[in-house]
Amino acid sequence: MKILPIVIGIAAIGLLLVAGGAFYTVNERETVILTQFGRTVGDPVTEPGLHFKTPFVQDVNRLEKRILEFDGSPTEMPTKDKRYITVDTFGRWIIDDPAVFFVTLRSERRAQSRLEDIIGSEVRTAVADNDLIEVVRSDKDRVLPPNETAEGTKSSVQQKAMRGRQAIQEDILARAQPKLEPLGIKLLDVRIKRVNYNHKDVDSIYQRMISERLQIAQRFRSEGEGEAARIDGSRGRELRKVESEAYKRVQELRGEADAEASRIYAEAYDKSQESRDFYGFLKTLDTYRTILGNKTSMILSTDSELFQLLERSKR
Amino acid sequence: MGSTVLDMGPAGAYKGHMSKPTLAFRNPPDWSKLKVLKWIIPAIMVLIMGLTMYYSVPTDSQGVVLRFGKFTSVEEPGLHFKMPFGIDTVETLPVKRQLKQEFGFATPGGTNRSQHSRSKGEQTAEQSMVTGDLNAVLVEWVVQYHIDDPKTFLFKVRDPELTLRDLSEAVMREIIGDRTVDEVITTGRQEIGDQALLRLSEMAKSYQLGLKVDQLQLKNVNPPHSVKSSFNEVNKAQQDREKMINIANGEYNKVIPRAKGEAEQKISEAEGYKLQRINEAQGDALAFTSVLAEYLKAPEITRKRLYLEAMSEVLPTLSNTWIVDDGVTQLLPMVQSKALGGGK
Repeated sequence: MKILPIVIGIAAIGLLLVAGGAFYTVNERETVILTQFGRTVGDPVTEPGLHFKTPFVQDVNRLEKRILEFDGSPTEMPTKDKRYITVDTFGRWIIDDPAVFFVTLRSERRAQSRLEDIIGSEVRTAVADNDLIEVVRSDKDRVLPPNETAEGTKSSVQQKAMRGRQAIQEDILARAQPKLEPLGIKLLDVRIKRVNYNHKDVDSIYQRMISERLQIAQRFRSEGEGEAARIDGSRGRELRKVESEAYKRVQELRGEADAEASRIYAEAYDKSQESRDFYGFLKTLDTYRTILGNKTSMILSTDSELFQLLERSKR
Repeated sequence: MGSTVLDMGPAGAYKGHMSKPTLAFRNPPDWSKLKVLKWIIPAIMVLIMGLTMYYSVPTDSQGVVLRFGKFTSVEEPGLHFKMPFGIDTVETLPVKRQLKQEFGFATPGGTNRSQHSRSKGEQTAEQSMVTGDLNAVLVEWVVQYHIDDPKTFLFKVRDPELTLRDLSEAVMREIIGDRTVDEVITTGRQEIGDQALLRLSEMAKSYQLGLKVDQLQLKNVNPPHSVKSSFNEVNKAQQDREKMINIANGEYNKVIPRAKGEAEQKISEAEGYKLQRINEAQGDALAFTSVLAEYLKAPEITRKRLYLEAMSEVLPTLSNTWIVDDGVTQLLPMVQSKALGGGK
């Protein structure tokens, strides 16, 4: 029964301390800055865990310890070659010096608006210093394969990038960082998220794309016609080749045949004087057989071998 | 994201038990009842302690335990004990769950908060890109990832998933910006997906997001709507080209094989002619040689015989035969008139 008041007393003091805010916790994600009547007290508390402070008079202000994101709003801006594009950037930053940050900006919301101002203007400057192709291309060393369009068409854009997006991003970071340092902010990087053509430009871009495509289509058709003509030509050539080669071979064979036959005949008929005479005699008789017929009249002399006998009888 | 498994349970329990003492105070003070009250307060304390001293981690998750906001441990699935009264807080993260983000489109019923952009306008903005040859193109893609390191995920970057979304867009545009519109739409799809995955994984790691990117797939890749028909025209032209070539090849194949066959036919016939000619010549020669041999045995008589045979063959077929003596001189005019008049 005597312990009870003591317990209650301790509990009451404990309760008072808790209610007055003698204890506070620091989360893994936060840094805490203590203020006393609005003025900062001591160093920022970065160690997570349970901490003490003077109750009633000190306030806890929590700041983000993690890496934060900055998301720029899409902005229209001209490039060096006077192309209007909409650029959307994002970046990462961190509260590098919480004490300075707390004094200069106090809240994250205000920091975001400062970042928007500073990075936004640096993006503008960087984009205005570079041609469109530099903003679009990242790896300047990559060689784009040739377009399918016929060579020499002016519409296929094959500009070469000299620096590339990476270099532009580095420029933006290098220029923005010094301006953010006095605010206790460290900018880790700035990246171009989106780049798009301006609404007014889009139509002419589309028009160019369409004409480029139609050229490619034209080229395909022309290629088809050309190839077909080539095949037709080779068909004609092949046809003539096959036919003439056959003619050549036929003539050659016939010539060989006639030559061989002549040789065989000559060999048989030209053996001796007798064979020559006999062949002449036989051939003459054959000739008679063929040239003499029912349309022929013949006057034979009694001198002839056939009618010698007739004459002799007359005498 | 994880939720705090503290507060809710105990607060509810507390209210429930407060109703008993209030009822007691409505009656005039009674010491015997106050004695009961003396036990009720510790009982409630014990109950709250009991209710806030355990937590469970689902099978697909891990629990990150903080003591007074300071990281203490990562716990595996199951039932665990912790310090009560908000001394320990636990955040569970679904580390084994495959999460995805969609860009340029949205499948209804997304599971995670950052799965897709809310507005149609934002999705259109996500799709639109400029290629390395300064053409416009619409690209849709999906990124699949999971929470790889709960501690990094919670404490290194605020909203790592939003950062991943922005990073994914930046990476995709880097890669599209280094390729031609033809590569993006037709030939380079696979390569672009691979490159983007590689780059995004690298970046997610260096950004300390605590996320691991598992897959990146390109979905629809299209030219802008008002340009699309001209792209189709190119496809059609390509097919026309193939068609024209096929027709020409067909004509070729129709003519040439037949011509080749006909040529062979002619050559075969000529070869036949050659054989025939030679055989006939040889036959004639053999016949002559045989007859000659007989002739040489009796030339005079054979000659006469052959002559007379021929004459007897030939003379009967003639229309007129005149036998004239050497003495006749004025013969020709007579023969002429006779021949014209016919008769013997």
